[in-house]
Amino acid sequence: MNKNKKVRKFSISKLLVYTLLGISSLLSLFPFYWMFVMATSPSSAFNSIPPTLTPGNMLVENFKKVLNQIDFFGSMWNSFVICAIVTIVVLFISSLAGFAFAKFTFRGKNVLFIAILLTMIIPPQLGLIPQYFLISKAGMLDTLPGVMVLFFLNPLGIFLMRQYISKSVPDELIEAAKLDGCSNFRIYRSIIVPITLPAFATLGIIVFTAVWGEFLWQFTVLRDPENYTIQVALAQLSNTHNVDFGMIMSGVFWATVPLLLVFLFFNRLFISSITEGSVK
Amino acid sequence: MDPVKANPSMNEIKVKKKRARSEAKKDMYSAYLYIAPFFIIFAIIGLYPMIFSIYLAFQKWNGLSPMVSVGLDNFKVVLTDPLFWKAVYNTIVMGIMGTAPQIVFGIIFAYLLNLAFLRFKNFFRVTIFMPYITSMVAVALIFSVLFSNHESSLANYVLSLAGLDPVSWASSEWGTKIAISIMVFWRWVGYNTIIYLAGIQSIPNDLYEAATIDGANKTQQFRYITIPMLKPFIILTVFTSTVGALQLFSEPTIFMGTGAFTRDEAMTIVMYLYRDAFRLQSFGTASATAIILLVLISVIAAINVYLTSGVGRKRRGGK
Repeated sequence: MNKNKKVRKFSISKLLVYTLLGISSLLSLFPFYWMFVMATSPSSAFNSIPPTLTPGNMLVENFKKVLNQIDFFGSMWNSFVICAIVTIVVLFISSLAGFAFAKFTFRGKNVLFIAILLTMIIPPQLGLIPQYFLISKAGMLDTLPGVMVLFFLNPLGIFLMRQYISKSVPDELIEAAKLDGCSNFRIYRSIIVPITLPAFATLGIIVFTAVWGEFLWQFTVLRDPENYTIQVALAQLSNTHNVDFGMIMSGVFWATVPLLLVFLFFNRLFISSITEGSVK
Repeated sequence: MDPVKANPSMNEIKVKKKRARSEAKKDMYSAYLYIAPFFIIFAIIGLYPMIFSIYLAFQKWNGLSPMVSVGLDNFKVVLTDPLFWKAVYNTIVMGIMGTAPQIVFGIIFAYLLNLAFLRFKNFFRVTIFMPYITSMVAVALIFSVLFSNHESSLANYVLSLAGLDPVSWASSEWGTKIAISIMVFWRWVGYNTIIYLAGIQSIPNDLYEAATIDGANKTQQFRYITIPMLKPFIILTVFTSTVGALQLFSEPTIFMGTGAFTRDEAMTIVMYLYRDAFRLQSFGTASATAIILLVLISVIAAINVYLTSGVGRKRRGGK
């Protein structure tokens, strides 16, 4: 009797947990679903009471309207180019510096490393105005390199790489390679990089998504619609005077779908990259 | 035989020592070479702008004409501008409404997602985390349609179901703040959950087992083991949320659309800074604002971290 009661009570709390998580998941997913509904509906669907909650058949028409407003594919391409180049450069800079901090002894090592960590707490707004003039003086205003340059500075990358390299590359391996006459850069290329590929993937994801989603700097530097990144281009959609919600949501939808697919494919790596990036 | 053998070995040691010394030197050069790119880039786009920013805060400058030194005038102008204080107020109000619930819900979700009996763990984790991967621009646009002023917008329809009057979300004092706080919450709560989840998983199981043996129930275990052990993670998220909240820019800018820099219902400190610099060409006051923001961020983040670490201490003491 007593035992029975306990089992039942337990299952009620289980039910509660599932209900709570179920509702939360629904609330998490609903805006995505609703974005799809609006992206496939005529603008008039927005004025209907009760609201439209099932997809319509305007998927293509709405997207055509987006293409009339902004250079969608051009902006996606610009974003992709910026993110890809920044990611490669940051990975290279961070892994080399991480290698140095993990495996070499040199004067000022600790001070320099702490200096790098300290740069993380500088808020980006403090530099915004001088950075704008710097880019402008260098003739890079309204260019993709002008957007990229700022993101090359990534202290977190060095920190992560140092941690990973000192943990996963044994000193003996490096010593053995040195005895065989390997140059330091050769050691980097043929020992460090292959062993630390998972760290490259993690840091790569962090950098790529951070740059992809950034807005303030891209919005400040880019003026000519031809150079817009997808974030800046999307922001323009809501600035038109007669607001067409179907069109806006269609633009957001097509810009989000590729991201969602990549995420669903790599979600484990993605989630672990977030925890590693912020916790250690 | 002995001296003969001793000689080459002495030589060998010498050669080795020499080699080791030149090797160490080579290593040192390599190391400096490898860390140089970061410091060069930092000097150009990090340090120089920072120093220039501080210098600029004491100048009057529209970007074209020569600078005029004005002492502390820029700070005076900003600190006596009611709009600046409105921006500070907006930023703090939206910061509290948008981020404080994240921490509470994040811990609850993380705890639930880690329960042993839970099935479809990965599904729940992925769905709760998913909003984080969308860009802030996308989130702001989706929510600007969900929370539009129309009576027929979804947010207003839900209100009408509850028998409430429609709200003009995009143009009223509290409507904008609530809508923006909700989108901040929606996008970030999954991120915090994942961090807390990592924290919960790092708590050794023995602690719970020992507590069970001592007769502690689930609630007590949560309060006296999970929360204190999560403290470093909570401090981390409080810190990052505070810093992030004080830098709020994209969401209100996009949510308010064309009126973003002319209306004040949701103007934040960074929007105020941006407006001064790039709309009004008043770079001196904008730089002064940046420095005031830096001070605000340091002070508020320090207070919050101090308070958070205090909470854990008291709790442990009370036990």
